[in-house]
Amino acid sequence: MLQVRILKSFGDFTLDAAFDAPAGITAIFGPSGSGKTSVIRAVAGLLACETANVVLSGTSLDRTAPNKRKIGYVFQDARLFPNMNVLKNLRYGGTHDEDAVIAVLGLSDLLDRFPASLSGGEKQRVSLGRALMSAPEMLLLDEPLSALDGPRKAEVLPYLEALRDQTDIPILYVSHDMSEVARLARHIVVLDQGKVVLAGPLEDILADPAAVPFLGAQDTGSVLTGRVVGHSDDGLTKIETGAGPLWVPGPVGRSGGYLRVRIPAQDVILSRSAPVGMSALNVLSVTITALERGGQAGVIVTLKAGNDRLLARITKRSCDALNLVEGMQVFAILKATAIAPDDVV
Amino acid sequence: MTDWLGPNEWTALLLSLKVAFWATVFSLPVGFVVAYALARGQFFGRGALNVLVHLPLVMPPVVTGYLLLLGFGRTGPLGAVFEDLFGLIFAFRWTGAALAAAIMGFPLMVRAMRLSIEAVDAGLEEAATTLGASRLRILRTITVPLAWPGILAGAVLGFAKGMGEFGATVTFVSNIPGQTQTLALSIDTLLEIPGGEPLALRLAIVSIAIAAVALILSEMLAQRVTNRRTG
Repeated sequence: MLQVRILKSFGDFTLDAAFDAPAGITAIFGPSGSGKTSVIRAVAGLLACETANVVLSGTSLDRTAPNKRKIGYVFQDARLFPNMNVLKNLRYGGTHDEDAVIAVLGLSDLLDRFPASLSGGEKQRVSLGRALMSAPEMLLLDEPLSALDGPRKAEVLPYLEALRDQTDIPILYVSHDMSEVARLARHIVVLDQGKVVLAGPLEDILADPAAVPFLGAQDTGSVLTGRVVGHSDDGLTKIETGAGPLWVPGPVGRSGGYLRVRIPAQDVILSRSAPVGMSALNVLSVTITALERGGQAGVIVTLKAGNDRLLARITKRSCDALNLVEGMQVFAILKATAIAPDDVV
Repeated sequence: MTDWLGPNEWTALLLSLKVAFWATVFSLPVGFVVAYALARGQFFGRGALNVLVHLPLVMPPVVTGYLLLLGFGRTGPLGAVFEDLFGLIFAFRWTGAALAAAIMGFPLMVRAMRLSIEAVDAGLEEAATTLGASRLRILRTITVPLAWPGILAGAVLGFAKGMGEFGATVTFVSNIPGQTQTLALSIDTLLEIPGGEPLALRLAIVSIAIAAVALILSEMLAQRVTNRRTG
């Protein structure tokens, strides 16, 4: 468990953030300029603050020099030492679990190369390996994927997932990309203008109507965890969630394994009668528990589906046309995507 | 070949090399500390230090020489300290010429080193910190290796300046053949005696050659720093 309390003024901007991060990945999410990077720089001791209380597993690090904090920091720009080859870079902070790290991150062919000859994805993998080999007690990842293009991102993501599943130290993951966050993180801290506006388990925050102004309509939505119950011959996977059975595209996961499914609020359509003759595969019977009219044309509808909560974002016009009210039984038609195998559940 | 220059001129050339060599050897570590402090330090008096370091570059060399005479002469406060502690006498000795050369070359040396240290991405030093490295280890493994060409370039410039120093040297330690008569002072003397001009010209060619080689060397080293930064 990592407890963080930071106070720092930069001219007219004040960073005033306090949150707890349990073992596993905690995403620090927010728009650019919200103070995400400053938070983890302060945790690392690299940023001088008025207050920077960092307590790791009950031990305060306030008086610990940055180089004694046992942190693994992966910078956005990798920051490999150009005068050393990959192996020397990896060993700079120690040789903890050397063979395993090199194997897991697929670095064995790169060891003699120099950073100048590596691709962006390779650099980030080396940077991650270097952090891990220093035997860190917490990991700080500062947008490790943001400098990479799509394919390179896809190359590094599985390594991050493997890392998450194999360590039990707190990991702070700074990102402004909700698809990354939804795939990797179990907890989320949302920052806005230097303040923590939301914090908690990812599923709860993403499905919280109050989060819409901070996450934006695009990124709001539910994340459900479900068990894979079968794969169909035509390339779909059936997942049993608390909200009911869902079909997702692609043969994903293994039977009996757990998967995360993301349902963006704007991909949910509501209907008062059971739909017939539709292409959508997933139709759930749900109960409206709250209606929240946003500033613009949108209405955020909170739905109770079985044991889970879903969010739907519809227009005011549709809301009025359907005469939606709290407590009403409706049908939710939705598109679901499996986002990540979640073996930790 | 050896009679291309007279014995006095050979002595002057060798003396110049000796003076410039020791001036460089002793000012290099001091220069690096100052350059590092100016490049990376955040401390009170940084601006003042910067001005102080650069003063010999803009002050009349005669003034620098005179200040050296006041400070490091046998009766000067610093001169007395050095004589008592190390038995080192600067006044009218080649050591004094080396001191004058070191002071005059210092700004050039610090400038080159400072630029090369500033060119080292501070983010790399930060990354090394998070990996548990102490300041000294970062300096040894990251900063110095990456700034190395610039440090060498600074040393070359300091050496070249030391080879040709005139004003401060002649004011501080005078022009004593075999003791303080360096290349530049020797040329000056030759120009004042009848028939000395051809020899003076030869010495001039020698000093131009040394200066040119030093400049080319330092340019090449500086280029390596730039390449590394952009590559």
